Amino acid sequence: MANLQVKYLGTEFENPTVLASGVLGVTAATWKSVVNSGAGGITTKSIWLNEHQGHPNPTIITTENWMMNAVGLPDAGLEKAKEEIALYSENKPAPLIASIVAGKKDEFAVIAEEVDKLDVDILEVNISCPNVEDELGLPFACVALDAKSVTEDVKKVAKNKPVIIKLSPNVTNVVEIANACAEGGADGFCLINTLGPGLAINLETRMPILANKVGGISGPAIKPLAVKIVSDVYQATKLPIIGTGGITTGADALEIMMAGATLVGIGTAVFYRGADVFRKVSKEMSDWCDKEGVKSVEELIGTAKV
Amino acid sequence: MNKEQLPIVVPIAKIEDENEIVKNFYFDISIGAKPGQFVMLWMPGVDEKPISVALDDGKQLVLTICSRGKATQEMAKMKVGDKLGIRGPFGTHFLTNEGETLALVGGGYGAAPLYFVAYEAAKQGCKIEFIEGARSEKHLVYMEKLKALENTNIHISTDDGSVGHKGYNTEVLKKVLEDTKVDKIMTCGPEIMMQKVGEIGEEAGVNTFVSIERYMKCGFGVCGQCVVDPLGIRTCVSGPVMNYKVAKMFDDFGQYHRDSVGKKEYFNPK
Ligand SMILES: Cc1cc2nc3c(=O)[nH]c(=O)nc-3n(C[C@H](O)[C@H](O)[C@H](O)COP(=O)(O)OP(=O)(O)OC[C@H]3O[C@@H](n4cnc5c(N)ncnc54)[C@H](O)[C@@H]3O)c2cc1C
Ligand SMILES: Cc1cc2nc3c(=O)[nH]c(=O)nc-3n(C[C@H](O)[C@H](O)[C@H](O)COP(=O)(O)O)c2cc1C
Ligand code: FES
Repeated sequence: MANLQVKYLGTEFENPTVLASGVLGVTAATWKSVVNSGAGGITTKSIWLNEHQGHPNPTIITTENWMMNAVGLPDAGLEKAKEEIALYSENKPAPLIASIVAGKKDEFAVIAEEVDKLDVDILEVNISCPNVEDELGLPFACVALDAKSVTEDVKKVAKNKPVIIKLSPNVTNVVEIANACAEGGADGFCLINTLGPGLAINLETRMPILANKVGGISGPAIKPLAVKIVSDVYQATKLPIIGTGGITTGADALEIMMAGATLVGIGTAVFYRGADVFRKVSKEMSDWCDKEGVKSVEELIGTAKV
Repeated sequence: MNKEQLPIVVPIAKIEDENEIVKNFYFDISIGAKPGQFVMLWMPGVDEKPISVALDDGKQLVLTICSRGKATQEMAKMKVGDKLGIRGPFGTHFLTNEGETLALVGGGYGAAPLYFVAYEAAKQGCKIEFIEGARSEKHLVYMEKLKALENTNIHISTDDGSVGHKGYNTEVLKKVLEDTKVDKIMTCGPEIMMQKVGEIGEEAGVNTFVSIERYMKCGFGVCGQCVVDPLGIRTCVSGPVMNYKVAKMFDDFGQYHRDSVGKKEYFNPK
């Protein structure tokens, strides 16, 4: 059996699959059950400083090829997150990546400083949320200067934990944003957040199906985009990456690792293949490695001849 | 599960009043739902909410809806011909076998999905003891429809004694279990009532099945909003229908549920 263990920013993962932020991650009990289903690690739902209401339903629709969501990052805020993280720490079964989010620059530092003190292994900064102080309400992830300054602010206060930045694919040049974050001191990246937004219209009512009208696209349809962005950012920065976006099978996971990812985020595939998708993907990766004579998946990272 | 999760949009074919706040909505479609399963009902421009299937007979789908808050109050204003979206069916169902004796214990609109159980079970030659509790006579639901079923004994309890036993339906259940050999108990209604039903069933050595309501957004196991502690299982996939023996293991059962952002809300705030 091939060795699936990987080391990411100083933390050992039993296998490269991690639960992507926002899917299933509401409670510590769920994180544990996802680890039981074979995940090598967990990413929390994005944590806000204060309670944050999501959008009304419908919030998630799918077809065979994609999922579109406008869940709207609902969260009960930092205090509840602290409770859940403490619960997870009792017999902690696998590493925990804390995703944090904010609508204003200074809030990122406040929440990062708090979460840095908790029993989490890595801070993931979700900067795909609109900056409420930006004139156009552009997400931080879409403006290189904003992405850089958020990274700097978080790095200043996160004294104990590595900081990775989760980037949006919805920009002209992701590498430019990634370079800006790298200059700001980012330790790694999670790539990519959802694509879009997209729009789906119901014919009979002629209305958008999602209550928020538009939503972020995930699932199999965005995989080629994720692979390309991982490859580009890996080449440009050489920083370690969690490759996320449409990963559904072991082959998908191996592909994005060859493009440059160290860990592989899985979200939407929970719908296509069930909560034990993590075990299935790991098994498929290990079978392929055995067949090809690969001793350890770690050897494959960034080996694609792009 | 169906890999396409988009609502099917259909007009309301008929509306019936069950009582002041509960109505039945008929749709001329079948989605192959089994008793205990639920749909996500899209009210365009309003919201989309989980609603149990009150009947799917292969020709028509019936949903029984109680006005509680914003979305269900909007639902109560809907008219015949208004178009609504339906996704599903989702979740687990109540399982009955030929010739069984069933005690069905319903509270509030929980009687509606149990009517669907009785409707199917009656066709299987089951004997049904249907025990319904309500505040008073005018709050009872599904009485006419239940009376039309074969092999069905109806037992009623009301808080004010306006009809049937004065008190709780759980007291009636105890009596029924003394008089009749029951194979299975199935219950749907307020969680504290179902907890009591489960305890009574356990004492009597009868397998009991409950229907768990948790905040649901997707219905298909992705959003994680409907999970229970400490098992972390999703009630939209592993529920809503569960053996009481499983429900009993939840920290939540009869204690708390979580709201739309995941915060705990206690049934009986201390
Ligand atoms: C599996 C399942 C089956 C159900 N079957 C029926 C049924 O057959 N008939 C019926 O009338 N009602 C049913 N409900 C309850 C129904 O979904 C809620 O009454 C409705 O969502 C309330 O919305 P509201 O805006 O009117 O009220 P609100 O004021 O928003 O809420 C009233 C109560 O409903 C709960 N609620 C609100 N939204 C949801 C949600 N998305 N999921 C679960 N609970 C929610 C709230 O926590 C609160 O306790 C079912 C719920 C579940 C989970
Ligand atoms: C329902 C849903 C909720 C999500 N919520 C978050 C979130 O809270 N924070 C975040 O950074 N990404 C969120 N995402 C994006 C995912 O983490 C992931 O980046 C994206 O869906 C692509 O991966 P996938 O195709 O494997 O789902 C969400 C995605 C989905 C489908
Ligand atoms: S309702 Fe979304 S996981 Fe159960």
